[in-house]
Amino acid sequence: MKRLIIRKKSRKNFLTYGIVVAAYVALMAVMAAGAMPSAIQGLLVPMCAYIIAAVSLNLTVGVLGELSLGHAGFMSVGAFTGCTAAMALANSGMPSWGRMAAAVVVGSLLAAAAGALVGVPVLRLQGDYLAIVTLAFGEIIKTVVTNLYIGIDPQGLHFGFLKPDIGLGKGGKMIVNGPNGISGIEKISTLTAGFLIILLCLVVIFNLVDSRSGRAIMALRDNRIAAESVGINATKYKLMAFVLSAAMAGAAGALYALSQNTVTASKFDFNTSILILVFVVLGGLGNMLGSIVAATVLYILPETWLRQFSDYRMLIYAVVLIGMMLVTNSQKVRTLLGKLLPQKKTKEKEGQGDA
Amino acid sequence: MVFLSFVNNLINGISLGSVYAIIALGYTMVYGIAKMLNFAHGDIIMVGAYMCFFACTGFGLPPVLGILTAILVCTVLGILIEQLAYKPLRQVTSLAVLITAIGVSYFLQNAAQLMWTSNPRIFPALFGNGGIQLGGELTIPYKTLVTICACVVIMVGLILFTGKTRTGKAMRACSEDKDAAQLMGINVNATISLTFAIGSALAAVAGVLLCSAYPKLIPTTGSMPGIKAFTAAVFGGIGSIPGAFLGGILLGIIEIFSSAYLSTELANAIVFLVLIVILLVKPTGLLGKKIREKV
Repeated sequence: MKRLIIRKKSRKNFLTYGIVVAAYVALMAVMAAGAMPSAIQGLLVPMCAYIIAAVSLNLTVGVLGELSLGHAGFMSVGAFTGCTAAMALANSGMPSWGRMAAAVVVGSLLAAAAGALVGVPVLRLQGDYLAIVTLAFGEIIKTVVTNLYIGIDPQGLHFGFLKPDIGLGKGGKMIVNGPNGISGIEKISTLTAGFLIILLCLVVIFNLVDSRSGRAIMALRDNRIAAESVGINATKYKLMAFVLSAAMAGAAGALYALSQNTVTASKFDFNTSILILVFVVLGGLGNMLGSIVAATVLYILPETWLRQFSDYRMLIYAVVLIGMMLVTNSQKVRTLLGKLLPQKKTKEKEGQGDA
Repeated sequence: MVFLSFVNNLINGISLGSVYAIIALGYTMVYGIAKMLNFAHGDIIMVGAYMCFFACTGFGLPPVLGILTAILVCTVLGILIEQLAYKPLRQVTSLAVLITAIGVSYFLQNAAQLMWTSNPRIFPALFGNGGIQLGGELTIPYKTLVTICACVVIMVGLILFTGKTRTGKAMRACSEDKDAAQLMGINVNATISLTFAIGSALAAVAGVLLCSAYPKLIPTTGSMPGIKAFTAAVFGGIGSIPGAFLGGILLGIIEIFSSAYLSTELANAIVFLVLIVILLVKPTGLLGKKIREKV
């Protein structure tokens, strides 16, 4: 029985890998044939970044069962530190893929550090504190980055806070310019890199979920008291999942920033966090493939064909959040839906629905 | 001169803190009884402020009627939200309820944006522009006095209500143990609805007071004070009525002082830093009780 379950699970994992690889091959083929509309071409790398962010938030929400409302904050940390790293290395003679990789690594490491900073005080508590603290964290990051000034000159990096005068020497150049953010970014992130990071994140998450640690994390999600009573260290495992999730969000941020001309702190605000949450909720909690599909569709559609509805977009997202929760959790709403669609069997979703 | 500005800042801090305290009281009531974080609370503040604005400027009603309109609309809205969105989720995980609450908050914000646009409206000075002279150059504006008095009255009223009346006792019973309360013949659903009604009415009052002090009214007016008031509720100890009051006042003072003496830009960040430090040092808050978990 156990082996059967594992086999079924890994089949689903391989399906997810397969779909991602197939999508990559298809996109590359279309681009090689020159049939890709230029409006979409520029959206592909940001789309990868949003997919990574969605998958990483799904690790927190779906697998760990906690809510992070500051995921855009972690993306912001990754974006600004990663971009700074890439620009600091601009004259080092490194190839562009090397600088991009360095940016992603630096971005995810610092985002992980930020995740640990937030997670340590909060994750040992019970209740909904993580949601509000991550929300607060997102605001703090926005304030900090808006007042941050970083420049580079032959002596190295110069940092300033609240005041733009950071004493740059001759030949110096501002990198992070307070409220104006970073401008003149060299667009070095590529679609291939985006897909490689998506695959890497999927490998990490699937292997974590199927490991001893992953089972501990999910046990904590389902019943914290029972899990602690069999000796699972709640803080440790929760922190493990949360920091990992923050690191992936940081990588997404770095990837995103390096595909844009300019990034400002206000790009990564509460609305962005909610957008990523909508991807996760619509794709299904704990369902990575769902997150990927939801992020792809909901990122590409409003930017291209559904622009005329842009006023109603946020309102629709709100309705999606409420509606999905009611449909998947409320017995009453489910029976009502069951009556409306008699041919479709309502199946209990994995990992949720049990009180 | 330094002393005068200090006293002025203190008064401003207490005034802002009183608004936070009123919002935090609503948060704490709902959290204590429904055990859920009502994210939409901040947006009900915004709806209340808009209602009062339209009643007073659009229909030319006197301020008292304007405030009553706001209270009425928000109470109905609060009950409606509870019935439609939260009640079907009474038995499920807190994660689902939390996501729903965020959805409701986002819905209210964007519906307001569509209906009333994001152009700022200037809230009328409901309590006049004058103030009481307190010797020398120190004046306390009427709006500040009204805010502080309203906050104290509401807190004392809530303490008496939950302590002395039958309905209040039913509320406390529900917050202790819902199943046991039901067995004692308490209508748990009605009690939870009543809590939402009270919380939303308080939000309406807070909205009017907030916009009297800071007259710029936009669809996101309520979200930041809402989050800060939650911080205040945690600061004072969530679930405790005097705690919400104390936390609100302290947080208001901290915010005004940090923007006056440290940096205006960083005031928000400092307030949230307080939240993180409290959760690190004393997660139960200043006046909160340690809740033991039962299986």
